[in-house]
Amino acid sequence: MNRPSLWEALRGVVRRDLLLAMRRRSDVAMSVFFLVIVASLFPLGVGPEPAVLKTIGAGVLWVAALLACLLSLGRVFTADYLDGVLEQMVLIAQPLPVLVVGKVFAHWIVSGLPVVLLSPLLGLQFGLNGEALGVLVLSLLLGTPTLSMIGAIGAALVLGVRGSGLLVALLVLPLYVPVLIFGAGAVTSSMAGIGGEANLSLLGACLVVSLFFSPWATAAALRIALE
Amino acid sequence: MLQAITLSCLRGDRRLFSNLSVTVQPGTLLAVVGENGSGKTSLLRMLLGFLSPEDGAILWQGQDIREQREQYCAQLTYVGHLNGIKDDLTAMENLDLSASLAGDHCDGPVAHAALEAVGLRHQMHQLPTKVLSQGQKRRVALARLWLSTRPLWLLDEPFTSLDTAATGLVTEQLHKHLTRGGIAIVVTHQEVGLPSSLIQHLRING
Amino acid sequence: MNWSKYSAPLSFYPLAGKMVPWFSVLAALAIAVGLYIGLLVAPTDFQQGDSYRIIFVHVPAAWMSMFLYVVMAIWAGIGMGLKARLSFMMAQAIAPTGAMFTFLALLTGAMWGKPTWGAWWVWDARLTSELILLFQYAGVMLLRTSIDDLRRADRASGVLALVGVVNIPIIYFSVKWWNTLHQGASVSMTAAPKMATIMLTAMLLMTFGFWMYSIAVVLSRVRCVILERESQPAWGNPSAVSEVAEAR
Repeated sequence: MNRPSLWEALRGVVRRDLLLAMRRRSDVAMSVFFLVIVASLFPLGVGPEPAVLKTIGAGVLWVAALLACLLSLGRVFTADYLDGVLEQMVLIAQPLPVLVVGKVFAHWIVSGLPVVLLSPLLGLQFGLNGEALGVLVLSLLLGTPTLSMIGAIGAALVLGVRGSGLLVALLVLPLYVPVLIFGAGAVTSSMAGIGGEANLSLLGACLVVSLFFSPWATAAALRIALE
Repeated sequence: MLQAITLSCLRGDRRLFSNLSVTVQPGTLLAVVGENGSGKTSLLRMLLGFLSPEDGAILWQGQDIREQREQYCAQLTYVGHLNGIKDDLTAMENLDLSASLAGDHCDGPVAHAALEAVGLRHQMHQLPTKVLSQGQKRRVALARLWLSTRPLWLLDEPFTSLDTAATGLVTEQLHKHLTRGGIAIVVTHQEVGLPSSLIQHLRING
Repeated sequence: MNWSKYSAPLSFYPLAGKMVPWFSVLAALAIAVGLYIGLLVAPTDFQQGDSYRIIFVHVPAAWMSMFLYVVMAIWAGIGMGLKARLSFMMAQAIAPTGAMFTFLALLTGAMWGKPTWGAWWVWDARLTSELILLFQYAGVMLLRTSIDDLRRADRASGVLALVGVVNIPIIYFSVKWWNTLHQGASVSMTAAPKMATIMLTAMLLMTFGFWMYSIAVVLSRVRCVILERESQPAWGNPSAVSEVAEAR
């Protein structure tokens, strides 16, 4: 019987999206550039006071990362929905939630990982010191996959809906609150000398919960969109 | 054998069809015809399992498709109204990816042969499909039929934007599929050029 | 009584119509008595003076806002599991009432905060979670109105409501955690040391009243939804649903 193994299907989904990202590098560059600009605007707004910047640094960088992720959510399913690739994906003879994990993984590689890699540089702009930078990177490494997982639900729900770009932000941002709190909290508490471990473990827990629930919800939303 | 039993379809407030029953035996092409908006595509989407019928059931080899989604998906090839190809990828990459995702055997020479068979010359295989014409994109999508050995084909207006030569090639491939004992469900508004003994018509009146 | 008969929207329509007055009367009575006890009978708080009396509206409203969200998600879940149209209509009818109570809780919270904390808005854990709950209600309602196809709108907003239910406890916990980390308000809203029985009575009466009010409002709203949605078939055969025709 013609049926791809689970691994083959998963790898195919990831490979296609990465290949597409390679062809459209400007899309990737845009969300990274967006992150840098947003993070650089804050000092201009609140003033160059090092103490103030240090206090707000973690929060600003986390909010910027969250917005950058939000901005790229439109790319997860919209193009596939419009050119029919999504229909073909739903027809693959493997569980849809697993394929969704592949899509989200590819999205994270393209939009989350650059944010993680760039964050220490931006952290320096805000005067974060060595340990806080480490915690910042770690928190983003744990948190951005969660953002992608939750975002995928929203992206799937608004497929084919008018004004979907704005709508997805309204749907997804409230759900991002815990990740934002734990992520920025990890950095803040490590700077306060309490250590970021507790927050980081909670971020890890959020990741596990979202890995468990989000693929099902996303798959359900995709099926609804294709009706 | 594919059976639809007393299907009815409701889209929004409109009842598109009700009490629709049809049985398609191996080696038969079911041509679904009807006016625009009569529910041809809705029927096809029901047969694909995208849309669940308001009433009735669809049986594949005697079993409800909702109870065997993955096994059923492994038996079918679908070429939709949308081509399902990526504009930024080349014809070869598109074919390779969609075939391998579906689990069909596909390597370089096989894929080239399929694209040749659908009438795309060799130099077009490595071009991004966004530079191809509508008809050529359609051919890239239909090339999957040369790689598919599955018993059930579901095609939505396969001949749209194809020229006579390409229509002939696809019809020929459909014929081959039917003589192998395959089933094809084709939504179309034009006649399929096959012997009438192989074709079963289903007219949907909106 | 044959319950399955009433799961069809058009047979539920007259039943809901009969129930609305009863729940309205119960709501009016409970709220009137509750307000009387809360505002006039209950003693003045020695710390906060009379301003504390707003909690007789605030706390029941906050409870209802969370309760209604869960009920909405349950109806949406039933709708998706059993493909019951009426369940989705119930979910649709609950959302505005839930959002209204959330807003009421925020408003009364701010009114209480001004004399107590000296600020209209404090990033108190409960208030913040309530604000996010309001966003979630808004999301569910916006998603529904943005999708034209009713069936899709029902199910998409249902998925969102269910996802939100998983999120509410996580959000509440995270906000609380964040709040203690930042050492927020010292006076918590519901941590009145020992609540007198009379206050508790008023609070429970108000909660009951709000609950009955919600049922009455949701039932009348679901009647409108039924009229709106089932109008097509009713046009074809108006005599079959005399009351629907009457209501036009």
